[in-house]
Amino acid sequence: MTVSALDGHHAERGNKSIRQKLALRGIDGVTLLILPAAIFIVGVFIYPFFYGLVLSFTPMAGGGALANYQAFFSDPYLYNTIAATLRLALPVTILSLAFSIPIAMRVRLMERQRLLTTILVLPLTLGTVLVAEGLLNYLGPQGWFSRILILIGLIEEPLKLTNNYWGVLASLIITVFPFTFLLTLSYITGIDPALEKAAATHGANSWQRFRFVMLPLLVPGIAIAFCLTFVQAFAVFPSAVLLGAPSGDTRVISIAAAQAAFEQYDFSMASAIAMIMAVVQLGVVVAILAIRNMFYRGTTSGGKG
Amino acid sequence: MQLSSTPFKELRLERMSRAFGSFNALREISLTIRQGEFIALLGPSGCGKSTALNCIAGLLATTGGGIFIDDKRIDQLKPEDRGFGMVFQNYALFPHMSVRENIGFGLKMRGVAKAEIESRVDAALTLVRLQGQGNKPPGQLSGGQQQRVAIARAIVIEPPLVLMDEPLSNLDAKLRLEMRAEIRRIHAQLGATTIYVTHDQDEALSLADRVVVLRDGAIRQIGAPHELYDSPDHIDVAQFMGFRNCLRGVVTARNGLQASVAVGNATLTGMLRNDLNVGDAALVAARGDDVTSGDEHANTLPAVIESIEYRGREFVGSARTADDVELVFHTPKNVAVGSRVFLSVDPDRTIIFADKEV
Repeated sequence: MTVSALDGHHAERGNKSIRQKLALRGIDGVTLLILPAAIFIVGVFIYPFFYGLVLSFTPMAGGGALANYQAFFSDPYLYNTIAATLRLALPVTILSLAFSIPIAMRVRLMERQRLLTTILVLPLTLGTVLVAEGLLNYLGPQGWFSRILILIGLIEEPLKLTNNYWGVLASLIITVFPFTFLLTLSYITGIDPALEKAAATHGANSWQRFRFVMLPLLVPGIAIAFCLTFVQAFAVFPSAVLLGAPSGDTRVISIAAAQAAFEQYDFSMASAIAMIMAVVQLGVVVAILAIRNMFYRGTTSGGKG
Repeated sequence: MQLSSTPFKELRLERMSRAFGSFNALREISLTIRQGEFIALLGPSGCGKSTALNCIAGLLATTGGGIFIDDKRIDQLKPEDRGFGMVFQNYALFPHMSVRENIGFGLKMRGVAKAEIESRVDAALTLVRLQGQGNKPPGQLSGGQQQRVAIARAIVIEPPLVLMDEPLSNLDAKLRLEMRAEIRRIHAQLGATTIYVTHDQDEALSLADRVVVLRDGAIRQIGAPHELYDSPDHIDVAQFMGFRNCLRGVVTARNGLQASVAVGNATLTGMLRNDLNVGDAALVAARGDDVTSGDEHANTLPAVIESIEYRGREFVGSARTADDVELVFHTPKNVAVGSRVFLSVDPDRTIIFADKEV
């Protein structure tokens, strides 16, 4: 009787101290709310990822764990897709950022900011397929774009802008730009406006204000926007098929993966291609973040208050 | 470090106005500032003092009137072309630059040679007493040090005009006093024409050669600190200068510049600030430290103590009269809350304005 009461007492004290210890580390009942999200991420991301990773090392035709990777890197029709994808994704990312920064710099000062932002963001809501279909007509040999240029006498023959690299590039920029723009705008508006005023009163003209104050403070934001835009552009699929030359110029890596999976039913090879895709993306992202680390990364406000 | 040039004789604001939609933030401000003067723009929040400063700096466009330096009109110039220095309330130091780079920023933008930038930044660091801190990022400095950097950055370009927008309001009380002395010293040493915006009358009175009191976007009074302090000519100015007691009444007698005003059952005598005659509505104003508790005689008001506060050398109390008017007074000895006292005030220290709201 006495003993068991004593034990209960101890147990209670022990429980309490664990709870207190957890609370000190910021873990309490509310922390349990992350469980659904954690289960979701494990279920639809982490598990499939490792399943695919293992699958890629168990080739359908046998021949050792690395057979799929050897096959990929010995066939130019396959390994050239990496370069083809980078040839699209890198210019798309750089051009989107190059448009976003000046437009966001201007939009931040506008009173009807919301209206313009809505117009710019509209392509995001349309989806890549609709944009690709639209461009197919607009940029096609009988489309308005070529017809107008012929009408004003700039060209004589219709420009070939579809079923090749340029159509995919245009459609990718249109679908990716709103995303890049919104990210950039939020970084630019996050910079303390007093800093630009201070720069102006101390003699910096608008270019100098951008070059010496805004740009250095924007580097971390630009790096993040670059990475996220690049990852989106790298996964290009619908526009490369619809607007491009899916067996030629714009045979991107996702097309190779889709063909392996759904035309040859070789899920093991498809997984290997997906893994190679992930490694290339990761390589670019790591490189960009490493470059960012060479620049200033601290606060973007000019003091207290 | 010395200001080498004497770039202008006077800065003139001529009916400078600024409207935001239908709201007039500044109404035809006219002011002439002489070279070397230290001007304080004083007023409560929302009075237009910061708007005025931003208009002078060029950060905000005016919607009427003009700004002139001698005979040159400058209100259409961009801020970077005006060549002024400005100190901001939240310092606005560039967080990605060292203290030295911050201070040298204006010189770099002007294309000054590197060696000269270095020596002038050194001189500025010495002037604001931050030698040895030059290579730190501003985030590692205390609030007071950051504000010194901001001041150094503004004056190193040797501007004809330095603008300061409530530079001390983010500092604690002790630092505020120290920095006030610093600003005084730097102004005495350099003699740069300065416009200083503040809502703190102590700062304005202790720093400025002339104080401009703003209210509702208009100038209420311009004068030397002692003029404003001793003879405010508007009740708004008086309240800003510490005349916390303000009583409504009717003029019952007038004798030259002196008048008597009936306030409830009592009669108070004071100095007229407006031309008033017997029967006119009047406001009687007195500072808390000019009102003391004493015996019943001329110029007293009976009141009941509501609270009493210990202030070291004396007590500051608040009392309410039978007519429900609250009064602030100073007394050397403690008085119990709830007790009846007679509050008296020296007629020479009491001022009487016209009551325009009646």
